[in-house]
Amino acid sequence: MTGEIVLEAEGLARHYTVRRGLLAGRATVRALAEASFTLARRQTLAVVGESGCGKSTLARVVTLIEPPTAGRLLVDGLDVSTADRERRVALRQAVQIVFQDPYGSLNPRKKVGTILEEPLVINTKLSAAERRAQAEEMMAKVGLRPEYYARYPHMFSGGQRQRIAIARALMLRPRILVADEPVSALDVSIRAQVLNLLMDLQEEFDLAYLFISHDLSVVRHIADDIMVMYLGRPVEQGRAEAIFANPRHPYTQALLASTPAVDPALRRKRIALSGELPSPLDPPPGCAFHRRCPHATEVCAREQPVARPFDGRAVACHHVEAVAEGMARPRAPAPA
Amino acid sequence: MALLEIRNLSVEFQTSQGPFRAVDGVDMTLDRGEILGVVGESGSGKSVSVLALMGLLPWTATVTADRMAFDGLDLPRIDAAQRRRLTGKDMAMIFQEPMTSLNPCFTVGFQIMETLRTHMGGSRRDHRRRAIELLEQVGISAPESRLGAFPHQLSGGMSQRVMIAMAISCGPRLLIADEPTTALDVTIQAQILDLLLALQREHGMALVLITHDMGVVAETAQRVSVMYAGQQVEEREVDRLFDRPRHPYAGALLDALPERSVGHRRLPTIPGVVPGAGDRPRGCLFAPRCRFADDRCADAPPPLEADGDGRVRCYYPLGDTPPGDRRGAAA
Repeated sequence: MTGEIVLEAEGLARHYTVRRGLLAGRATVRALAEASFTLARRQTLAVVGESGCGKSTLARVVTLIEPPTAGRLLVDGLDVSTADRERRVALRQAVQIVFQDPYGSLNPRKKVGTILEEPLVINTKLSAAERRAQAEEMMAKVGLRPEYYARYPHMFSGGQRQRIAIARALMLRPRILVADEPVSALDVSIRAQVLNLLMDLQEEFDLAYLFISHDLSVVRHIADDIMVMYLGRPVEQGRAEAIFANPRHPYTQALLASTPAVDPALRRKRIALSGELPSPLDPPPGCAFHRRCPHATEVCAREQPVARPFDGRAVACHHVEAVAEGMARPRAPAPA
Repeated sequence: MALLEIRNLSVEFQTSQGPFRAVDGVDMTLDRGEILGVVGESGSGKSVSVLALMGLLPWTATVTADRMAFDGLDLPRIDAAQRRRLTGKDMAMIFQEPMTSLNPCFTVGFQIMETLRTHMGGSRRDHRRRAIELLEQVGISAPESRLGAFPHQLSGGMSQRVMIAMAISCGPRLLIADEPTTALDVTIQAQILDLLLALQREHGMALVLITHDMGVVAETAQRVSVMYAGQQVEEREVDRLFDRPRHPYAGALLDALPERSVGHRRLPTIPGVVPGAGDRPRGCLFAPRCRFADDRCADAPPPLEADGDGRVRCYYPLGDTPPGDRRGAAA
């Protein structure tokens, strides 16, 4: 059943209090603000953005590692913040995560079998034999040979370690898998294998993916929906094909234009963005992007734009209509 | 005469399991003002081959080459002092991790001026003036005040700009950029690549761009060399290679790019893994993973041979005969 909503976020925010230095006192970092989205079964929502845009904070909030500062998060229709202890345990099993670095995310002192069985030990009352059977079954599903059961992580290459991490995340049969840059540490040929595996597993287990990535070519391949973020806020959100064919937010346009492509037909005219990514500690007033934006006017420096519907998606830009008209660039040709 | 001429460069490391050949018979020729891209996956020997050229490998490495000439000077045969005068001045390098390549204990200004002090004459005031000029050239705003900044006060993109400023400070004729943008964000990557290209054009530098990102090579380099397990497998003009690769590995690598198959289709993959020290095949190194390999490939390593406008290391380059016929002929 595709289409059943498994995760719903409304105005999700996460703030951190940090010390600015020995004497400077405290400051609030708004790492994530006003993130609203829904995630349906068998669907992939990709979260795209550069460093400091709040991708990983979003992952931590969605996996219930950290509570949101504001907003509502519903997993399977249940509000996470009002759920009692017992419910929260169940909810945690429904959402699992795969991390970026397969070298850092596996305990080097534990055998693959132990790593895979740990979630079962903690969350279920299965016997050792049953746990082992489930671990071996999952290993087969992610393409690991049964004899790997008794090996240590250091004996594996990056791609195989990522398979182990994926297997571990799936041991509790979650409904939602958060993948935080799952293929960025991998080589091209290995990346293709892991992406294929993720797609196979999505079909087999009816998984919903929250796929976090900075690599637009990967996102384009795997995502159904996209949320582009800049400095903690979603700036453009909608169906993947629509956004790739016609990006509407100036930041999305620049991001797509900056991504180098092998195929000359896919290349876009580069939009040179001047300046650095702003610091989340000291965000610019108004629209966070205005200092780098080629279309910025004085209203952008004053008022934070609110996401509003435009051309079948949500865009947070004061001048989205003007940008769309002025930037009547030819569409990217449909890939063969 | 070419600016850089490398013939049959090999690098072996002594490991506890015996010698490991990281670079195997690499040839590289580069003219003034030319941009060569070197692509390959991790462990393909791209970084090690240029580190050998720069003389930056540790003592565990044995470097051999028939010829490794920069501007007519055969590098392994000149004395150490002469070579030190060349590296950092006429041949400069930018490294992958800008955040860890700068010394955290010294200011940015000190580190740039250190290069100038070592290689160029002149007074402290000249060095300072030149350092400010360089920071300006690489697009750092308020260069005067940045001279006193420590590396931890700079972002990744800024640090990489400082590294570039340092590398071009003595007007090198050859610049080697080893994954210069891998650690950076996409919009910053675009800025740094544009900067490198502008400097390259302006100064007529030759540029060797090492990367694993095919898109970066396709958009910047003129010629590209594809490496696999320490060997070059194909080299030719960029557009030709990406349009019609001849080596099966180059072809498979391009097919595995997600940008080539949009939609929820499975990506073509390359089975198996890169051979390690223990399981190096006798014949072609790619044969165990190659769809088209036959007995000949498994028996003897194919040489790197001229092929059209480039070179390829394969007995049966793609496009010669349809793969189906080839299988039949091999049986």
